[in-house]
Amino acid sequence: MGVLDSKIPSGPLADKWTNHKNKIDLVNPANKRNIDIIVVGTGLAGGSAAATLAELGYNVKTFCYQDSPRRAHSIAAQGGVNAAKNYQGDGDSVYRLFYDTVKGGDYRSREANVHRLAEVSTNIIDQCVAQGVPFAREYGGLLDNRSFGGVLVSRTFYAKGQTGQQLLLGAYAAMNRQIQRGKIKSYTRHEMLDMVLVNGKARGIIARNLVTGEIERHSGHAVVLATGGYGNLFFLSTYCMGANVMAAWKAHKRGAFFANPCFTQIHPTCIPVSGDHQSKLTLMSESLRNDGRIWVPKNIEDAQSIREGKLKPTELKEEDRDYYLERRYPAFGNLVPRDVASRAAKERCDAGYGVNKTGEAVYLDFAAAIMRYGREKALTSGMKNPDDATVRQLGEEVVEAKYGNLFQMYEKIVDQNPYKTPMMIYPAVHYTMGGLWVDYNLMTSIPGCYAAGEANFSDHGANRLGASALMQGLADGYFVLPYTIGDYLSDDIRTGPISTETEEFDAAEKHVRERIEKLLSAKGEHSVDYYHKKLGKIMWNKCGMARNEKELKEAMKEIAELRKDFWENVKVPGSADAKNQELEKAGRVADFLELGELFAMDALDRNESCGGHFRDEYQTPEGEALRDDKNYTYVAAWEYKGEPSKAKLHKENLVYENIEVKTRSYK
Amino acid sequence: MKLYLKIWRQKNAESKGSMVEYTLDGIENDMSFLEMLDVLNEGLINKGEEPVEFDHDCREGICGTCSLMINGRPHGPDSRVSACQLHMRSFKDGDSIVIEPWRAKAFPIVKDLIVDRSAFDRIQQAGGYISVNTSGRPVDANAIPIEKELADASFAAATCIGCGACVAACKNASAMLFTSAKVSQFALLPQGQVEASERVLNMVRQMDLEGFGNCTNTGACEVECPKGISLENIARMNREYLSASVKG
Repeated sequence: MGVLDSKIPSGPLADKWTNHKNKIDLVNPANKRNIDIIVVGTGLAGGSAAATLAELGYNVKTFCYQDSPRRAHSIAAQGGVNAAKNYQGDGDSVYRLFYDTVKGGDYRSREANVHRLAEVSTNIIDQCVAQGVPFAREYGGLLDNRSFGGVLVSRTFYAKGQTGQQLLLGAYAAMNRQIQRGKIKSYTRHEMLDMVLVNGKARGIIARNLVTGEIERHSGHAVVLATGGYGNLFFLSTYCMGANVMAAWKAHKRGAFFANPCFTQIHPTCIPVSGDHQSKLTLMSESLRNDGRIWVPKNIEDAQSIREGKLKPTELKEEDRDYYLERRYPAFGNLVPRDVASRAAKERCDAGYGVNKTGEAVYLDFAAAIMRYGREKALTSGMKNPDDATVRQLGEEVVEAKYGNLFQMYEKIVDQNPYKTPMMIYPAVHYTMGGLWVDYNLMTSIPGCYAAGEANFSDHGANRLGASALMQGLADGYFVLPYTIGDYLSDDIRTGPISTETEEFDAAEKHVRERIEKLLSAKGEHSVDYYHKKLGKIMWNKCGMARNEKELKEAMKEIAELRKDFWENVKVPGSADAKNQELEKAGRVADFLELGELFAMDALDRNESCGGHFRDEYQTPEGEALRDDKNYTYVAAWEYKGEPSKAKLHKENLVYENIEVKTRSYK
Repeated sequence: MKLYLKIWRQKNAESKGSMVEYTLDGIENDMSFLEMLDVLNEGLINKGEEPVEFDHDCREGICGTCSLMINGRPHGPDSRVSACQLHMRSFKDGDSIVIEPWRAKAFPIVKDLIVDRSAFDRIQQAGGYISVNTSGRPVDANAIPIEKELADASFAAATCIGCGACVAACKNASAMLFTSAKVSQFALLPQGQVEASERVLNMVRQMDLEGFGNCTNTGACEVECPKGISLENIARMNREYLSASVKG
């Protein structure tokens, strides 16, 4: 399979990236001025890539659907960013970060990519501090760290519960500097509707100006897609409302392989669903699991009473609580990886121990942490015998300093005070590990089309560890793609500007216009949201935290039927030549209705459980995921063949030369 | 609950707008304000009418996209939240709610409740950064210890979400709170010192060019800011501006 050459450099693992950088072709500064690069998406990956490419001298055009690059959803990341700095002296190293990430991904990621990620992680922190990103610091003035799930060291750098915001504003500032210099032209409120290939190479995009409705042609010598993940496939998720798969899916339909679409992260600590009106779910950062203890009642009668409002959680005695993560996984306790924590919550709720009205919630309790911090604070403040109320108050102050914004957010949404009563949480769709297949250089299977950040598949395997998404987005954008892209562009120094007046652009624009026309002409019965919600229900019920052959087959059939119904009966008001949010949504949901089917097919193909992909048929007697390394140690890369269900599977076999592949255990 | 809504409708920047009344029933306490608008829009679509357009994205109070003037207050009656985090339990059955876009010359209306805030981007482009290239080899992050108090103050200024509530709240439509938050973030850090003078002069110049009004210290911006950005930032920016002008 020539097309699936991952281009992993030869040599020892720790030297691959350095050797590769030394060998790849460079473009001289004068020639960079003649090369145009299109970057779609301005989150951490796209923003940092655009800024760095422009610094290097390329002409960059950026596109985002938001009204400003600063609003990309990276901004909502709360907990932190990992880096193997070992500032805490707790035994961290590049190797350990690499090892934790491969293990956390349940041995379904590419060794060489993950090692490179761990290597450049330390540069990220240096770079961001130089940019003025205000990370949390200790009293001595040095950077503070905290722990995240699935690891035994403290390597996470953070800025309260707003780390993503601060890192994104750093990348946005770097972009702004280049916009001011004229090296980046920023197109906001623009959406990429198709990719244009000339002689098999990605040479441009068709975009819609979302304010005027104008269809525009933009050309470049390369196209970078940094358009995030596709979790909104589930309708309810922690993604922003506008997050979509359009750019990646259009590239897929033009020849880019889509890898491991079924690898989805369901995050254990989100605010539970409150009713049918719900439009999105809100995450409570994993960092809370540093201090919060997760539990449900030990006796099913108590759970029943709590659901009926007859019993308060604070009234339940310590011995009547089941701290099930600490019970099942004593080594990692509440800090097991996300997939493990999510499944454990589902298991307890399915067994009847859920604690809210719908029975789909568990407690995340800070009472013990508040008292612990309070006692420590009392001692350091010189209080000898403080009473419980004083200790509690001091403890609440410490907890507020650490997680204040998260507690406030919880209180605003749920209308309960989490300092006084435990939070209620439940798993929700949060991230997609799958995405466009890329080689070591981050190039997709379309020459000249690159994918960075969450939009690609390469680093997190079947499960992403906390605080690794920010790390990967910035690693790709600041430190990897700007260099690897030169290797490809060095062949383009004599190409000259790419014309948009060609038959390829004509055809792509025509295709886009016809599709919009079709969406508007189906003056049917139901709104776009009606279809999106239906799709979300199918995905959550049949392709969610636990999957099986029968339901996956049903899901494929139901999604295909829903798609057919959508194109006949969707109702999109308004016109194409003006701002039209319903039309924007319709285009996005139409793509989800195709991707959903491929997602189910991929889950069906993978007859094993690994990471976030759990098949009922494949589990140990204790209910843990059961991998099949003999048959499934591969990346499933799907080639589009006219319809999602006809996609052709290409396998990239994963080779582990530096890590012993074992059963993942957090016990 | 049943609500009586008065909403600003405007086709595009060129056309004239007007307030339109809607009656909405079946709204629940647990809904967010934007989910209430979703319910309104679903009803309008089903009736074959054009839905009300409003800006929103993360719906968790951090992206700064939502921008609604609710009963005369930016982001509505609750404090320290953006409109997406406002919940209907802040209202009661039979309430009338007036919903308008941000009103400021520098924020022209795009459609209905959506305004163009690109002026904020241009203020940032004028100098809201530290000029350091991505090399992978700057000094080690811990080489410059920064006093925790300063780092925390810089962070507090940096939490601005750029929503524009400060401008909408100000009777002069001044952008001083927004601009000063960015100036402060860098002015408080050693890394930001090198370009401090140039930064404040350039950003203030751009702010004036965009047509924002002057600050008369009423403090309405601080009260309405969903992130609680402090007025002290404006004082700091004034000091920075003065010393830069004297130097200049």
